[in-house]
Amino acid sequence: MEKIDKSRFGWVGADPERREEIARPSITFWRDAMSRLVKNKVALVCLIVIVLIILSCIVVPFFSPFTMREQHLQELNQGFFTPCTDPDFEGTGAMHVFGTDKLGRDLLTRTFEGGRVSLLIAFAAVGVNLIIGMIYGGVSGYFGGMVDNIMMRIVEVVNGIPYMIVVVLLMMVLPRGIFTMVVAYATVGWTGMARLVRGQCLSLKNQEFVVAAEAMGAKPARIIRKHLLPNTLSVIIINVTLQVPSAIFTEAFLSYIGLGVPVPQPSWGMLAQEGATMFTQHPSQLWIPAIAISLTMLAFNLLGDGLRDAFDPRLRR
Amino acid sequence: MVKYVLKRLGYSIVTLFVLVALTFFLQQCLPGDPFIGDKALPEATMAALRAKYGLDKSLPEQFLIYIGNCLHGDLGLSLQTNRSVTDTILDSFKVSFDLGIRAIIFAFILGVVLGTVAAIKRGKAADTICMFIALIGVSVPSFIMASLLQYYLGLQLGNVMRDAGMPALFATSNWGEWNTKVLPVLALGFGSLAQISRLTRTSMLDVLGQDYIKTARAKGLSQPAIIWRHALRNAITPVVTVLGPITAGVLTGAFVVENIFAIPGLGKYFVTSIQVLDYTMISGTTIFYGAFLILANLVVDLVYGVIDPRVKLEEG
Repeated sequence: MEKIDKSRFGWVGADPERREEIARPSITFWRDAMSRLVKNKVALVCLIVIVLIILSCIVVPFFSPFTMREQHLQELNQGFFTPCTDPDFEGTGAMHVFGTDKLGRDLLTRTFEGGRVSLLIAFAAVGVNLIIGMIYGGVSGYFGGMVDNIMMRIVEVVNGIPYMIVVVLLMMVLPRGIFTMVVAYATVGWTGMARLVRGQCLSLKNQEFVVAAEAMGAKPARIIRKHLLPNTLSVIIINVTLQVPSAIFTEAFLSYIGLGVPVPQPSWGMLAQEGATMFTQHPSQLWIPAIAISLTMLAFNLLGDGLRDAFDPRLRR
Repeated sequence: MVKYVLKRLGYSIVTLFVLVALTFFLQQCLPGDPFIGDKALPEATMAALRAKYGLDKSLPEQFLIYIGNCLHGDLGLSLQTNRSVTDTILDSFKVSFDLGIRAIIFAFILGVVLGTVAAIKRGKAADTICMFIALIGVSVPSFIMASLLQYYLGLQLGNVMRDAGMPALFATSNWGEWNTKVLPVLALGFGSLAQISRLTRTSMLDVLGQDYIKTARAKGLSQPAIIWRHALRNAITPVVTVLGPITAGVLTGAFVVENIFAIPGLGKYFVTSIQVLDYTMISGTTIFYGAFLILANLVVDLVYGVIDPRVKLEEG
């Protein structure tokens, strides 16, 4: 072994002031989760896909040369990339990229218009669920005892009712449309969120920061709003991400059994239903909405899984 | 145990009552009149019809009568066919039950197998394939799956086989012979299959990391023995809990699958009764479905306690 000359060692000095300094920047919970999410390639790709789907649903109909309801009666049931030859329309010479349906309407425009409706319904429904669930769960979890007991019994009962049946019943009574879809889904959909939030609040409310807030005289509403709910946010975000695909599915399902948004308004479920009737002759008319629905649901499901891993590394498989 | 069962039964009854009340009052708000058809009926006939079906009484009165009838299994006469709703439901439910139970068994067995394989071969090609199948199942709604299966495996494959001089492998509609049952069961079970296999994989991975599995390995037990005797039994308990929601999913999925494959089950009746405003049929079916699902959930909870002795039912 080579002998090292002692002169190479020396006192470099240590500043007693800086000895206790924390060298790395402190990483907050959110930063930590974000960095884990970014490392998860699948989830990141899904996030990008979702953003792309949402943006294209917003943007594409504006730039399409066709509208969702104009009927090109000379060009019914066309396949992919057929040029529009009818001189009566603005978009003459442009391509029907996805072809046309049985009434001669441009499928590309309708698919993205349908996406607007489907996504709008899904986000609105989940948003309503979120608000009801957070308030209900927060109150139930924070107050506990008798209040919690009664509130959870109500959840139990609502939860026991098969939700699709309630949705079907409500859809029959209320006038058809986007608003009704949202109401129908939210009537029964909030229980899951309420349970989750309540569970979190129950375990959080005995922690020191809540006790401290109580000692300083904070009112229950403030404690729930400022101390409990922000700490349940990760659970809520995961749940929201996983509820969106189920809302999209519900919309598609209801449209399929004939309780969807009124014609000629397209939605992915309506398009799938219309496509299914033409399926044997023109399979692409079902395939396009089917892929749109499935891709969106897939992306949200995978993103939800990724978020769960990112927020709770213990659950990582 | 008895206390727990009674408590759960109590909830179930309250839930059922809420469901009955909800159904009854919601259908009062429905637009349209069941007796206004193609021909205008004289006022006296209308009144007689209303009296016959008890629609001339006050709402609370109708409601009480209705509940009383429900209690002894009489769900009224169908406004459309004039047949007893209970009979219609029981007749058609046999078919639905047959379809549903096959779909659930198919989904459960294949789902547990897929999930277990995926967990054992974690990170390998088999894992990726199993989870890919599962993801498709989660993302493709059952009605799209049904249409695709019917067209490609039923119609196209059937045509190919007929051209080759053989009978078609799968029928595209109806319910009877085995070859009519394959496609609907596949379409209906696929979504649940996905759910079950994902859950099995997660819980299997969890169990395989436990110390007692290491002990079993150290004792020199073979892989199949470890999986079968030690791992699966523990991994399967969380899977049993989702059987309740899965039953609900299969039942609602059956609405469309039965329509697509022209299966004369209860789901088909339900959808048509909505379209023709057959009040008694709608509420009868809703109550029946509700009661069935509530019962199914109760059974699943009880079974869970039997499978996993660690679960103390009294606390639930």
